[in-house]
Amino acid sequence: MSDHPGFEDLLRELAPQVLGVIMRRFGGLDAAEDAVQEALIAAARTWPGDGVPGNPRGWLLQTATRRMTDQIRSDQARRRREARAVAAEPPPADPGLAGFPGGMTAAGLASMIGGAAGRDDTLGRTDGAGRDDTLDRDDTLILLFMCCHPVLTPASAIALTLRAVGGLTTAEIASAFLVPEATMAQRISRAKQRIKASGVRFRMPGDEDREERLRSVLHVLYLIFNEGYASSAGTRLHRQDLSGEAIRLTRMLHALLPGDGPVAGLLALMLLTEARRPARTGPEGELVPLAEQDRARWDRALIEEGVALAVAAMSQGPAGDYQLQAAIAALHGEAARAEDTDWPQILALYGLLERLTGNPMVTLNRAVAAAMVHGAAAGLDLLRPLDERLAGHYRLDAVRAHLLDMLGDGDAAIAHYRAAAHGTMSIPERNYLITKAARVNREFR
Amino acid sequence: MTRFLLLVNYDNGQCEGDMQSWDPADVKAHMAYYEALNRELEESGELAGGAALAWGDQAKIVRGDGKAAPVVTDGPYAEAKEQLAGFTVVDVESVERAIEIAARQSAVPGPGGVPIMQPIEVRQVMDDAAELGIDLS
Repeated sequence: MSDHPGFEDLLRELAPQVLGVIMRRFGGLDAAEDAVQEALIAAARTWPGDGVPGNPRGWLLQTATRRMTDQIRSDQARRRREARAVAAEPPPADPGLAGFPGGMTAAGLASMIGGAAGRDDTLGRTDGAGRDDTLDRDDTLILLFMCCHPVLTPASAIALTLRAVGGLTTAEIASAFLVPEATMAQRISRAKQRIKASGVRFRMPGDEDREERLRSVLHVLYLIFNEGYASSAGTRLHRQDLSGEAIRLTRMLHALLPGDGPVAGLLALMLLTEARRPARTGPEGELVPLAEQDRARWDRALIEEGVALAVAAMSQGPAGDYQLQAAIAALHGEAARAEDTDWPQILALYGLLERLTGNPMVTLNRAVAAAMVHGAAAGLDLLRPLDERLAGHYRLDAVRAHLLDMLGDGDAAIAHYRAAAHGTMSIPERNYLITKAARVNREFR
Repeated sequence: MTRFLLLVNYDNGQCEGDMQSWDPADVKAHMAYYEALNRELEESGELAGGAALAWGDQAKIVRGDGKAAPVVTDGPYAEAKEQLAGFTVVDVESVERAIEIAARQSAVPGPGGVPIMQPIEVRQVMDDAAELGIDLS
């Protein structure tokens, strides 16, 4: 193959495929995932010098398999040592144990028979060498479902998904989430233990579970994307890679489930949001809101792809959360200038989204859209019911400030910008809100 | 997950006197308690950093205008017991969990193994990430 991708991309692509095969052969996520990780690390270490092997997948499979069998042998050796230690003790008087060799207890024998890992009922499949593509794709999908199982906390699911499906190293994930590597290793380990304890099997969810499980997967992917995109206002490049990773995994999911509306909607939303990244940060690293962004810096290819996908997604079944958000993002993406934005359509879509989710954050956005269509006073009216639900929430202050600013009430706008700046936990947002307050102060006083 | 800074100063809460006056066994138990707690937090995946700081009377205060050499003076004026002794960064699901961990730090044993109940300050760490929301407004 002449057009070989950089081998790091290749490793990430192969990781879940190899993990799928190893799990089918040996069962159990925990040990299998560790073995694959070690194979990936070995490849990253030796391929730069030795060159990428002719059959990279086979190389990884072989290396991971060797690691698994080594582990199993050492586990068996340990058990034999334990059984011998037990046998060295005087045998108990219980006549029921008379049949066991060397005075070994039933428990000792059972643990030897138990084997290396909980074998899965899918055992019996042959070696992956002759597998076709569909089986690989099923495995990756099963892995994704497994790693995003609702029994895991979002943080655990994110870490496990990035490792097992994304093929990232623990160090990479740790650095993305600003924790020490040992801490992240523990999180992943505990996530795997949780999966094991919950008895999740390595197979596709049944029809009755499917929708809930898929929702879980989409939620995890969305969180990974959000984590990466939100950090683009800072200087941490490796956190930025997370949105790229989320897009890659969602593209993969979309390829596996092409007819699924919510999946297409989520991918569209990610692409359309990512398209705006270059315009989102100013020269000093400051946050630039949508209305002020230089649209020439938007990625037109991503917008085109996202719009097409958003349109298609809307026609694939009842419009859900992600599809509606994607449609709104598409309308923004299609506007050549801020003043060309189709706000009435956006307002209608926020109305639908609000009815669907009942999420007060959606109401905030709807208030802004209403202000753009009917004037600031109309927007402020929509905020009033939120005074109870979002009491003291900095976001309510931020939107109220923005609308009061629009209305021309400088003093009130400044007060709410300052309250919002005080309450936000985001440094880029705080800086933006303080700057707005200062700007209004300059204009109105 | 959200990060919080847990700050501990030299205010010994309910116990009187410096650690030099304690029974050595109690000093050892005190240190072992912290070590065990940190190990627990590392194992739970919640420990995100931390350090013990050198004694406050070694601290310096620096004032500069970016041009002339800075003026360096000894130690902060704060009362000895207000000096910062150390900090821990935890990455947790909720402020309630941060408070729970702080309570464990506070209950570190002192003389006679009695929990000191030292005051622990809990501060959320600001994020250099923004929310998606601001794009839409």
